Amino acid sequence: MDKSKRDFLKIGGLCALGLSSLEVADAFAKSHATKFLTNPQASHAKRWAMAIDVKKCWKAEKKECKDCILACDWAHNIPDIPVKRQEVKWLWNEKYQNAFPDMENELEPEEVKDKPFLVLCNHCTNAPCVRVCPTQATFKSPDGITMMDMHRCIGCRYCMAACPYGARSFNWRDPRPFIKKINPAYPTRDRGVVEKCDFCVERLAVGKIPACVEACKDKALIFGDLDDPNSELRKALASRYSIRRKPELGTKPGVYYLI
Amino acid sequence: MKIYDGKYILVGLLVFGVLATFPIWFDHGKVVAPANPSLNTPVIDAMMSKHCILPKAQMITEHMKLLNVWRTEVVRYGKRVYVAPSGKKYEMSLETECFRCHSNKAQFCDRCHNFAGLDKATDPYCFSCHVVPSEKKPGAGKVAMVHKESK
Amino acid sequence: MLERALSGSAGYKRLLGGLSILMGLGFIAYLTQWENGLMITGMGRDVSWGLYISQFTFLVGVAASAVMVVLPYYIHDVKVFGRITILGEFLAIAAVIMCVTFVLVDLGKPMRVLNVLLYPTPWSMLFWDVVVLNGYLLLNILIGWNVLEAERKGTHYPKWVKPLIYLSIPWAVSIHTVTAFLIAGLPGREYWLTAIMAARFLASAFCSGPALLILLALIVKKYTKFDPGKEAIDKLLTIVTYAMLISVFFVILEVFTAFYSQIPGHMESLKYLFVGLDGKHALVPFMWLFVILAVAGVALLLHPNVRKNEKLLVAACCCVFFSMYLDKGVGLIIGGFIPNMFGQVHQYAPTLPELMIVAGVWATGFFVLTILYKIAVSVKEEVQG
Repeated sequence: MDKSKRDFLKIGGLCALGLSSLEVADAFAKSHATKFLTNPQASHAKRWAMAIDVKKCWKAEKKECKDCILACDWAHNIPDIPVKRQEVKWLWNEKYQNAFPDMENELEPEEVKDKPFLVLCNHCTNAPCVRVCPTQATFKSPDGITMMDMHRCIGCRYCMAACPYGARSFNWRDPRPFIKKINPAYPTRDRGVVEKCDFCVERLAVGKIPACVEACKDKALIFGDLDDPNSELRKALASRYSIRRKPELGTKPGVYYLI
Repeated sequence: MKIYDGKYILVGLLVFGVLATFPIWFDHGKVVAPANPSLNTPVIDAMMSKHCILPKAQMITEHMKLLNVWRTEVVRYGKRVYVAPSGKKYEMSLETECFRCHSNKAQFCDRCHNFAGLDKATDPYCFSCHVVPSEKKPGAGKVAMVHKESK
Repeated sequence: MLERALSGSAGYKRLLGGLSILMGLGFIAYLTQWENGLMITGMGRDVSWGLYISQFTFLVGVAASAVMVVLPYYIHDVKVFGRITILGEFLAIAAVIMCVTFVLVDLGKPMRVLNVLLYPTPWSMLFWDVVVLNGYLLLNILIGWNVLEAERKGTHYPKWVKPLIYLSIPWAVSIHTVTAFLIAGLPGREYWLTAIMAARFLASAFCSGPALLILLALIVKKYTKFDPGKEAIDKLLTIVTYAMLISVFFVILEVFTAFYSQIPGHMESLKYLFVGLDGKHALVPFMWLFVILAVAGVALLLHPNVRKNEKLLVAACCCVFFSMYLDKGVGLIIGGFIPNMFGQVHQYAPTLPELMIVAGVWATGFFVLTILYKIAVSVKEEVQG
């Protein structure tokens, strides 16, 4: 008696499994034949990257210029969260000694010490966040952007532990009440997902340049294709000395600081 | 035939039966007003031939699948233009494409979702991120309808 | 066999009742987290993993209790472990359940957790951790249950269980290794970036797991008619002693490498943990308590009377368990986030709801453990007659 009851349950379980696999087979059978295209106006590159002309930036900084940050915040509905540790940031200023923590020396000229450096996601070629993400919610796009799939993110924050630049923000709470003015053309985020700068991929897709670059009146931000020797970016990097944040980690960051 | 622990089994079965049929008896006899959404918006009224991306019946049953495919194509593959079977091209975006015509979420989306029992704020949760045109919710930020870059 | 969990003494029911209350409180706290998001915790953009993940890393170690009895029993034919293997396996089940729950409560979007399986990502250590932890859970349930059932019937367990038992041994090593790899391979987190991380995990697991197992065996002996056996406990104690010495040795290795090399990045987390950094020292008392307990634990373990005097034995095991808890369940994860990637010190302190959730998950683990041990002990008592 005992035996047959057990067998009954076993067979029942197998049947249930078999029935549920029908649904899967069904899903595989229906493949989409529809067509998806890129916008003909979209800008393309092999490796998008950015250079920040810090001297130009500092000159504007004297006038307390925050054009790029404001443009970014508006374009992407970045909330202004009053609790410091729960802040969401895509593009912001850090002091030199914080942006480049192991490069400081006590005898730095006054003009460098405490000077602001714009920091953002470095869109590393060899991105640790992409390596650790268990769902590929963060991934590299073919044009070198470290992308964030906010629909897939499970909020494990492994990427935040892995990013050596502190460039990632988690939505500890619902951000909407903290967005002063919502940009209706761009979604906000749900609590529980990680976000960061994506080089304005939605603007590149329609042929525009990133919002921060466009907003900078002093042309301190140079955006372009790192793989194109004729790009403005490459010319700037060829003519000026530049540094990157923590290059010794082998992440190959895509944000350069022109000194 | 003797059933071991019969009373436990029968009571258990009964409880299971009641719980499993919960969705049927819980709403039974309640009068639910039909959805009757008023679909047209000024933009739709102005259209010469009123048509959506796919035929209406297909949109009703498949819009969620379509949106899911769209988000994958846009976010993961950078494809932002959808070629409908009619050959017409659409930008794959809730904000700038769907809402262009269907600017009446309360009527167009909510009426049916509520009717189908999806009225919880989180289900479907598209709109906890995607900004609804001229949405005014207490506590939510003011929605600016002008596409102006703030300087 | 499950029905044996349904009846029991008043003490058994009181214990389950008490644990249920803690679980209920934890659940209520979790509902507030579900409603409001992880803002209810003390975590933030700098310390982005807190108590949840640190409990998880520690409890992966406790799950080693199983392999430390299974390996000697099945490979080296240490007969005295025959009576105790089931206790080790059931402790492992409870520990892994706690691990998985801690990972779940840490997620910002727990309803999407199956994305890990839907989009398998072999280059992500977290993906592998999900695989090995669930595999280990399944292995221990299958093995423990079948072996116990065979014992009840007075027969030998089915043949297909044997390969699973052998598989469970390297599998146990894999859960520690993968969990160590989770944090050991991150550029820029110098405190974690050490080749001996996996070895440290194994060493601390092999002392904290068996130490807890000894304590539980003593409790079982005191409150039931089942005696796990003095020799088994002595053998376990030997394992605990060696593993504890190696653990302490590994901690010293870390300190030496950091401070003799004088590389700031490697020293800073240790400085923060043991003396404070930039005038901030929230974890300093905990870390010195760890040092005191570890030293006391080693001293007690090496004391010749520890095998004769049960009180000394209990004290030694408590020292080992709690010192390893402070090192791995508090210092290791939180210390890795301080200083942050900008060289600043932003401290972390858990909030009340966060602590309630942590207590609730621990209570869940001990609830499962109590039930499993009740079943195991009832069967053993029946067999003993």
